[in-house]
Amino acid sequence: MPLPDAEILYKQLVEHIKADSEKRFALVGIHTGGVWLAERLHRELSATQPMAPLGLLSVSFYRDDFDKIGLHAQVKPSDIPFAVDGAHILLVDDVLQTGRTIRAAINELFDYGRPASISLAALVDRGDRELPIYAQFTGAELRLPKEKILVFNRDNNGRFSLSLKDKKVIANGKEDLPA
Amino acid sequence: MINRNPQLDKNRVLQHLLTTEGLPASILLQILDTAESFVGVTERDVKKVPLLRGKSIFNLFFEPSTRTRTTFEIAAKRLSADVFNLNIAVSAQSKGETLLDTVDNLSAMNADMFVVRHVQSGAAHLIAKHAKPGIHVINAGDGRHAHPTQALLDMFTIRRYKKEFHNLKIAIVGDILHSRVARSQIHALTTLGVPEVRVIAPKTLLPSKVERLGVHVFHDMNAGLRDIDVLMMLRLQKERMQGANLPSSEEYFKNYGLTPEKLRLAKPDAIVMHPGPMNRGVEIDSMVADGNQSVILPQVTYGIAVRMAVMSILAGHQV
Repeated sequence: MPLPDAEILYKQLVEHIKADSEKRFALVGIHTGGVWLAERLHRELSATQPMAPLGLLSVSFYRDDFDKIGLHAQVKPSDIPFAVDGAHILLVDDVLQTGRTIRAAINELFDYGRPASISLAALVDRGDRELPIYAQFTGAELRLPKEKILVFNRDNNGRFSLSLKDKKVIANGKEDLPA
Repeated sequence: MINRNPQLDKNRVLQHLLTTEGLPASILLQILDTAESFVGVTERDVKKVPLLRGKSIFNLFFEPSTRTRTTFEIAAKRLSADVFNLNIAVSAQSKGETLLDTVDNLSAMNADMFVVRHVQSGAAHLIAKHAKPGIHVINAGDGRHAHPTQALLDMFTIRRYKKEFHNLKIAIVGDILHSRVARSQIHALTTLGVPEVRVIAPKTLLPSKVERLGVHVFHDMNAGLRDIDVLMMLRLQKERMQGANLPSSEEYFKNYGLTPEKLRLAKPDAIVMHPGPMNRGVEIDSMVADGNQSVILPQVTYGIAVRMAVMSILAGHQV
């Protein structure tokens, strides 16, 4: 099936976030795709307002499927270089599906402090939620077959794209939890 | 192909950590990379992650060692595991229970992991061979044989300060003969591609044919320290000083103790390491131990992250 252009979805996502002028967000990207998005978003928002340094989150140590699949070979470190206590945090991820990655990310954030609020931005919301998680900002909502994984990519020029792959094909090499 | 390494399963996945010998570089690097992420955890206000929640880890210390046991205990607790410390030298064994009976009993209590310290070389291997599938064994030091987590935390420290392994000259100084740490260090360093590993010691404290491990031998410390990037000092045990191996601790310090003058022979940015506890004035001068080239205390800190990495990699692999 034809997939939307990730660059257009990104622009829509940015517009939605900019339209919410009430909160001055501190950005936290979730490895790996969420970090790519958050890096660009952070640059863009920094041009018009003072921003806290970008936070990076790896939910590897907070996953609920560790017993089944263990640790990924390449665990990336988390780094939250601002005070979480009292901050309005905007979590950024590429694809939202089950909500389990976001649940793990929220748990981890609370080990850094007590934020005033946590909002969620996702480039694509696939639905299929297994937990009561809601994204305040999305680029698009797509309904896709469950056996397909929506892969978010960034090329050498920093340009975003989306592709669909079979779950079975990438089950051994997939970096993150099914979103 | 027959899998001869008892640490790896048929898919070459780590099931136990018993020695650095024979482990591929990919697994050593996986442990070091995972430990990098755990360093961040140990620097937070909440120094805990839920990864091993519900797992039972038994510290089986058949030989006393407060320091090592404590670091394993901290590592396990920071992973949210339940930790049980058993000082077996004064309990079951003194009542006549055999080593394997003890292991069977603890297995029946649904243990997930054993951390084993034993005075006999090979004890951890024996327990790993005997333990039920699904129970992982970490060797926390066995006789003169191996101390793999100490070697791995040393590798982690070297990589943190020197970034790469392939361009380093590294010297291990002291009692190589009786040191399980030195053996594990040598295997890890050569596997990770360190081009020149030197051992510096009197003949009485070197194993025969040590060159077979791929090291260069020096008896003169001044010659051995030239152009060195990393100095790994070893603890000299008191019984070696009193026994036939050495004339006196003063004599040893004169020839093999690391003083500021001797350290100046190494590269100006050389780092000094020691597995602890140190004998100040025997193998190392306090000026060096507390000096700005010493990374001895960071080694202790990194030891927690490395042990967290080993435990979580093992616990994540189901049989």
